[in-house]
Amino acid sequence: MDLKELYRDVILDHNKRPRNFGVLAPPAASARGHNPLCGDQLTIYAKVEDGIIKELKFEGSGCAISVASASLMTEALTGKTLGEADALYTQIHALLTHAELPNSTCTAELGKLAALSGVREFPARVKCASLCWHTLQAALNNPTTSVCTE
Amino acid sequence: MTTHNDSAALDKKFAQYRADFPILSQIIHGKPLVYLDNGASAQRPLAVIEAEQRYATSMHANVHRGVHTLSQRATDAYEGARERVRAFLNAKSSREIIFTRGTTEAINLVAQSYARPRLGPNDEILITWLEHHANIVPWQMVAAATGAKLVVAPINQAGELDFEAFKSLLSTRTRLVATSHVSNALGSVLPVREIVAAAHAQGVPVLLDGAQAVPHCALDMQELDCDFYVFSGHKLYGPTGIGVLYGRESLLQEMPPWQGGGDMILSVSFQGTTYNELPYKFEAGTPNMSGAVGLAAAIDYVDQIGLADISAFEQDLLAHATQALTAVAGVRIIGTAADKASLVSFVVDGVHPHDLGTILDQDGIAIRTGHHCAMPVMEFFGLPATARASFAFYNTKAEIDQLAAAVANARALFL
Repeated sequence: MDLKELYRDVILDHNKRPRNFGVLAPPAASARGHNPLCGDQLTIYAKVEDGIIKELKFEGSGCAISVASASLMTEALTGKTLGEADALYTQIHALLTHAELPNSTCTAELGKLAALSGVREFPARVKCASLCWHTLQAALNNPTTSVCTE
Repeated sequence: MTTHNDSAALDKKFAQYRADFPILSQIIHGKPLVYLDNGASAQRPLAVIEAEQRYATSMHANVHRGVHTLSQRATDAYEGARERVRAFLNAKSSREIIFTRGTTEAINLVAQSYARPRLGPNDEILITWLEHHANIVPWQMVAAATGAKLVVAPINQAGELDFEAFKSLLSTRTRLVATSHVSNALGSVLPVREIVAAAHAQGVPVLLDGAQAVPHCALDMQELDCDFYVFSGHKLYGPTGIGVLYGRESLLQEMPPWQGGGDMILSVSFQGTTYNELPYKFEAGTPNMSGAVGLAAAIDYVDQIGLADISAFEQDLLAHATQALTAVAGVRIIGTAADKASLVSFVVDGVHPHDLGTILDQDGIAIRTGHHCAMPVMEFFGLPATARASFAFYNTKAEIDQLAAAVANARALFL
């Protein structure tokens, strides 16, 4: 297995220069995510108006996979509807866990997020990549809660 | 510190033992396995694997119950293992050797059976900042149940116990001291003799958590004079699921059983039960005979090599690793105590430990990354996690050089 499959340039870039890194003040929704195994901690902030994600930010610390995944997620979902965010969550979940992708999806549609596909060859790291996505779900559906990968 | 000649002689002596560990000859991701996660669990020599197999193929039945031949063999093997542990620890009596599932269960036994019935509000349990969760949480549970308070002695930036502060925290309220002998996260060796002396001067009993110490140094309970000492078999090249609580007999006698069931009783009626003698009082249910036999074989194996030589060789590995890792740009060693067991905890600038662990694994190198079940230690150094390479006597300097080269490569990937 080639390490460059996991640590693709897009991942390394988003780890080094995370996009949308920061805080949004209330009434923006937020949730904290924690992976106790490796100590990754993320907080996701989402400003939603009329069912559209107007702004999405994150802060925290974690491994390259978790930071890049969060950075890529905020880029991909800003300006998207909640329905679109839900659909992408399902696709990413399938991408990370080897499950079959929904028919309408090919990795090309995922754009930069397709860079996360290398993670599924490293089962111990899937939780790193999925942490921000679960945390966003919590922020949107059940704000001010926290989620844990364990 | 060993001289150059000693060092070469030790290298030669220890090179021969590697072949005793079948698992070490594996190829991982196309590379020879470099196993540097011994602090989490050490590998087993053939002698241990064969001892367990021999038990299973020719001795197994339930212990302390049957009059038939196999039951007698199993009982002899199990009690023989207890005597082997007693001799290894130089405990006065095999009544002081309780088999448990491991370090964690042994500490919980003392917490529930010794501390919980005795402690009340205003009483204190004194631990240190270096403890792993198994020597924190059981005492928090006792504190929650009794109203007692958990007091934590501080450490310095090198990861050494601040012994003066420790002494000042010992008071008339202290009812028990519980500290690690060697820190699992940093490798720091605690001044256990001084700790025992200071605590005993105040009449306070001491539990020492030897999980990380037992593989690295010879022990003598009568000389050490602690009241409880605990360790796990699997960190001493033995099986998992077996561990030891050594307890001073007079204290164990006073303690109530903590689990009820078979083997821990003399007679049972619905009106009441008479508990068994030591050590059986604390071993309810069918014990892990196979594990005990494996542990005894591991002790035989380690004793035959000699813990003094093991310690000298491992100190040589530690010095080599400290030097090799320090030479890698961007590496910072966490835990620089003057007295350390053979492990190195470190961080690499720009590379999260978790990423480092994955990258090293691709080179066949197994290390531990994370908080090492010692989150307060990580918090003290302001780190979410570290990478930890922990060495056993079957490791080599060449493997340590491979580790250092792989760490340098990982850093280059993230630059």
